[in-house]
Amino acid sequence: MDGPPPAIELDGLTRRYGERVALQDVSLAVPAGATLVVFGPNGAGKSTLLRVLATLLRPHGGTTRVLGHALPGEGWAVRGRIGLLGHAPLLYRDLSGRENLAFHARLHGVPLERAAELMERVGLTARADDKVHTYSRGMVQRLAVCRAVLHEPDVLLLDEPRANLDPAAGELVEPLIGAASGRTRIVTSHDPAGGLAEADLALGLRAGRAELFGLASQVDTTQIGALYR
Amino acid sequence: MRRAVDALLRKELRLELRAPQAVPAMALFSVTTLVVFHFALQRGQVEGDLAAGVLWVTLLFAAMLGTSRLFVADHEEGGLDGFLLAPVDRTALLVAKAVAMFAFLAAVEIVAVPAFALLLLEPAPDAGTYAQLVLVLALADAGVAIIGTLVGALAVQTRARDLLVPLLALPLLIPVVIGAAKATTPLLLAAGAEAVPLRWLAILGLYDLVFGLLAYAVFDFLVED
Repeated sequence: MDGPPPAIELDGLTRRYGERVALQDVSLAVPAGATLVVFGPNGAGKSTLLRVLATLLRPHGGTTRVLGHALPGEGWAVRGRIGLLGHAPLLYRDLSGRENLAFHARLHGVPLERAAELMERVGLTARADDKVHTYSRGMVQRLAVCRAVLHEPDVLLLDEPRANLDPAAGELVEPLIGAASGRTRIVTSHDPAGGLAEADLALGLRAGRAELFGLASQVDTTQIGALYR
Repeated sequence: MRRAVDALLRKELRLELRAPQAVPAMALFSVTTLVVFHFALQRGQVEGDLAAGVLWVTLLFAAMLGTSRLFVADHEEGGLDGFLLAPVDRTALLVAKAVAMFAFLAAVEIVAVPAFALLLLEPAPDAGTYAQLVLVLALADAGVAIIGTLVGALAVQTRARDLLVPLLALPLLIPVVIGAAKATTPLLLAAGAEAVPLRWLAILGLYDLVFGLLAYAVFDFLVED
């Protein structure tokens, strides 16, 4: 008997920006609760892959299924079950940290207490009422982590999630977005050893194509390094 | 839907209060333009269709400023993506933005209409005239807010936003200008205000209804990839 369907399943995913191909014929499957780490040089298609999975970009070819729902047609069914932490924090600079999280909490139908609890966990309570444009980059990233997990998503899409975080801040957000969170995670990384260590599966992208895909334990750092040459 | 509109509207008004962008620019433009009209027309007062034309041209161009800025914070700070990730009806954004734009226009008119009366009307309108004018303003503002939201959502995705907004919005708003000017003209007669023709109010209301439904039908396609 077959097991549960993969949380994420791509078969020949293609995405273009005008004439330029950002993703071409990418196929993979990620079981529920597993972590996929995505490597690749700048412009390889990592962020585009995350935005397609987040339903923010439409796939132009192939099949894309998230939590059993085909995109883009059934995107409505998976929004609210996905948390995206991208390069942009998706926060309003002239609102305070608390107001930003309250805005997203209202959109997701989450109690405002959850926002306060998350700010406490990432050490932002003392600055909760300050405008975001007064935050350091690390503080903005911590607040963006709170926003991404506010609604307790089943799938986390993390684009270099530890960028701008010092080691102490990294430890604070680890229970929320790390492997221990128990969520299905797609994580982009430029750190071969660190990325492979926290992942179950690894994907290597170059110029939009999947150059490698397999168990993280069977991929070595030299294969990852080759993607960047 | 109501929850999302409430969240968006709170955010919209809070941002405008916290870091005013649209309303001060629109209000300042309106008053400055009326001052220029005061001197350029070389008379202390206007009346009838000329007065209505001056008022509506001023308000319409002020609205273009607000339209250009309506989606800027959402686009530049990623708020639009944040909204698109939420499990809510996309139409909530249309409703919230249109209501916010309507509120911005009303706030501007609280300054601009008395300035218009002070600079260009003699004698000043009485309370009854103002009450009728408020009805015309409300119907015209609703149309401007709907078109402004549609055009703003489209234009913010381009680099030529400030050029595209008037190019797209003004032709679409010609019926509003005609209806609003025709409805306002009897209120601004030098010989004394007459009743607003119901025909023009009905046309403004019909325009709001038609473009409201059209906006509802197409807005998803404007904000999604």
